[in-house]
Amino acid sequence: MSRDFWKAFARNRGAVVGLAILALVVLAAVFANLIYPQSPWDMAAMPFQPPLSDDALLGSDTLGRDIAAGIVHGARVSLLIGLSSTAVALLIGVTLGAIAGYHGGVVDDAIMRFTELFQTIPNFVLAVVLVAIFTPSIANITIAIAVVSWPPLARLARGEFMALRSREFVQAAITTGQGTGTIILRQILPNSLSPIIVSASLTVATAILLESSLSFLGLGDPNVMSWGYMIGAARTVIRQAWWMSFFPGIAILLTVLALNLVGEGLNDALNPKLARKGRA
Amino acid sequence: MSNRLANLKRLATSGIVASGLLAALAGPGLAQEQVQKGGTLSVIVQPEPPILVLGLNQQGPTQTVAGKIYEGLLRYDHDLQPMPGLAESWDVSADGLSYGFKLRRNAQWHDGTPFTAKDVVFSATKFLPEVHPRARANFSHVESVEAPDDYTVVFKLKQPFPAFIKAFEVSTAPIMPAHIYEGTDYKQNPKNATPIGTGPFKFDKWVKGSNIHLVRNDKYYLEGKPYLDDIYFRVIPDAASRALALETGEVDISQYNDVEPFDVQRLKALPHLTMTTKGYEFVAPLSWIELNTREAPLNDKRFRQALMYGLDRQFIRDRIWFGLGRVATGPVNSVTPNYEADVAKYAYDPDKAKALLDEMGLKPGSGGTRAEITLTPMPYGETWARAAEYIKQSWSKIGVKVNLASTDVAGWVQKVSNWDYQATNNFVYQYGDPSLGVARTYTTENIRKGVMFSNTMGYSNPELDALFAKAAVENDPAKRAGQLGQAQKILVDDVPVIWLLEMEFPTFVNKRVHNAVTTAIGTSENFADVWVEKKK
Repeated sequence: MSRDFWKAFARNRGAVVGLAILALVVLAAVFANLIYPQSPWDMAAMPFQPPLSDDALLGSDTLGRDIAAGIVHGARVSLLIGLSSTAVALLIGVTLGAIAGYHGGVVDDAIMRFTELFQTIPNFVLAVVLVAIFTPSIANITIAIAVVSWPPLARLARGEFMALRSREFVQAAITTGQGTGTIILRQILPNSLSPIIVSASLTVATAILLESSLSFLGLGDPNVMSWGYMIGAARTVIRQAWWMSFFPGIAILLTVLALNLVGEGLNDALNPKLARKGRA
Repeated sequence: MSNRLANLKRLATSGIVASGLLAALAGPGLAQEQVQKGGTLSVIVQPEPPILVLGLNQQGPTQTVAGKIYEGLLRYDHDLQPMPGLAESWDVSADGLSYGFKLRRNAQWHDGTPFTAKDVVFSATKFLPEVHPRARANFSHVESVEAPDDYTVVFKLKQPFPAFIKAFEVSTAPIMPAHIYEGTDYKQNPKNATPIGTGPFKFDKWVKGSNIHLVRNDKYYLEGKPYLDDIYFRVIPDAASRALALETGEVDISQYNDVEPFDVQRLKALPHLTMTTKGYEFVAPLSWIELNTREAPLNDKRFRQALMYGLDRQFIRDRIWFGLGRVATGPVNSVTPNYEADVAKYAYDPDKAKALLDEMGLKPGSGGTRAEITLTPMPYGETWARAAEYIKQSWSKIGVKVNLASTDVAGWVQKVSNWDYQATNNFVYQYGDPSLGVARTYTTENIRKGVMFSNTMGYSNPELDALFAKAAVENDPAKRAGQLGQAQKILVDDVPVIWLLEMEFPTFVNKRVHNAVTTAIGTSENFADVWVEKKK
């Protein structure tokens, strides 16, 4: 599958660009300590240095912290929270969706009403409330984002499971006496994975945006540097020092854009039948 | 050389004369101190006060508005010397036990009832002790309050209490109308919605969430005053909108935290605004990092001294407060009387800090960490958050790892007042005398669980307790200064808190407004003297 997959993926040029950007972000996150060995909170330069100064490539903030160092170290937090909260959301969403879709009936009704309960509350508001109650820390922020991100994944998984439930191969598996768990995990799940993966890649992007928004509002973990925090802290001096909020903003924009592009590429590659045929 | 100097001087004086002439020639419109009567003033009030009855609520915004409606017996100049208020004159007996006041004879309440000594006695013995914690503490020193006639009041004290002369400021002891409150439930009195005072401005209308309107009191006891027709207090919750309102001239005055520190330089440069940091001498706030001295290693004086040496407080003033305030040298703000300058100094010196930690046996472990503490930053906005980040980073340089723990205002008060914290920032008002606003946070008797702004650090030093107790009742100013000076030396050596700044607040005033800040309470003053040039 892998050669076909890459071929299909590479046909979408945007996706390749997205993947390249994403690779850069991942490299920055992984090697942050090598690129900027000092803590991003260190007052490394004179405060209010504009970009391209001697000691601060992208300028320094109000306390003299290096913006570039902040962006590189912030990549870690954004990716960490983006990936781990999506993983948690997948776990909750796919499990509930699978059970609902497979069993149908009362179980389905119960689970879907529960899901709708979460869907009626605006995402961001719920996340703010959760973080405010449980005090801001990396773990709590991850959980809060996961809690608001799982419902769409659950609905998606339910739809896939309902569709596949009545297919012959599933019927066959039931007839051969396979257990429910085995059928869900071994038979249906692998076949419904493609749309879930695509959707998950977009959930990562949303999670990064959510984390940035929370930090912007001052609800980030105060012990870690994050992009949203940098923008939030620099917002007040935007008229004197544009660069303090501009570069972290660009970082968020590029990362989220890259994830969306990659998601689209995955969609093309994993659902060849859905691929827009009009485009060559 | 001296010749040239003399020439220069002559040149300078002739310049002044010339410019004076020019001003005179330019016509009456430019004449310097020609008071113009009438006009409307617009002042920011933020946040919106909960009530305007000053005797029941003394929060900053309440003072701003109600300071024009109600009056105290005395007012105070920038050096905290008393000036006439509702009392025309006063005298303190040589033994410091008797305070006599002669009251204004032609003052009356806004509803027309004459103001008399009865109102003062009622306020000092009934109203304020019941509902005003600060007044209750001050008047607890009083043996009796007597009114020999309608316009004389005499306070007899149990023992000398020199700080008592500072107890008559309008927010500390607002005089309340006896004819309205006597015999009623003060907090439930229906008249609380339409406050009645003796001040130069009368309450007119309050549009909740928008503005409060006060109008001129035509029967004010000072001839010809006030000059203004009316004052609007505008509620503007958003900081950026407040700055904009000042820029456009929509409002004339801002105070305290109305303008964020980072906006100060920009607004200061505008041609139609002036900025002053005067007018906060009475509150004289001092900011610090409070340490829970019950817990190791914070219970060791050397550790606290190391934290002091490990902090560049000048940077905090210059970069975080953008130049507002002065680096504090000790527990007393230098504008408060009996400030002692001759104390141990803690210049920024990380090496000295490390040496002290070494001496304690706190050697650097993995990652250079010697000790770990949790700092719960005061949730009062951006500037305090920046300060906490800076403190964390500075102390990590001397091997003290700081974990920041965010919380909201209610959670913060709950934690600090119940001693469930290790370190936090805080700032506390001094109210014109160390016995009123300083001793309370350091004495053993004021270690009171659940009470905010008490001795939440749990610091206890019997020698210091004795000095503060003696100074409170010492009638000889020289002796008292000695005791308070000694107390400050002990505190600075012990470092129960890490003093940061003698805080300054920027008061912005539109240049068309005159006499806005003339006393120690700045814009909370009654504004009888304020006048405005007509808007062009």
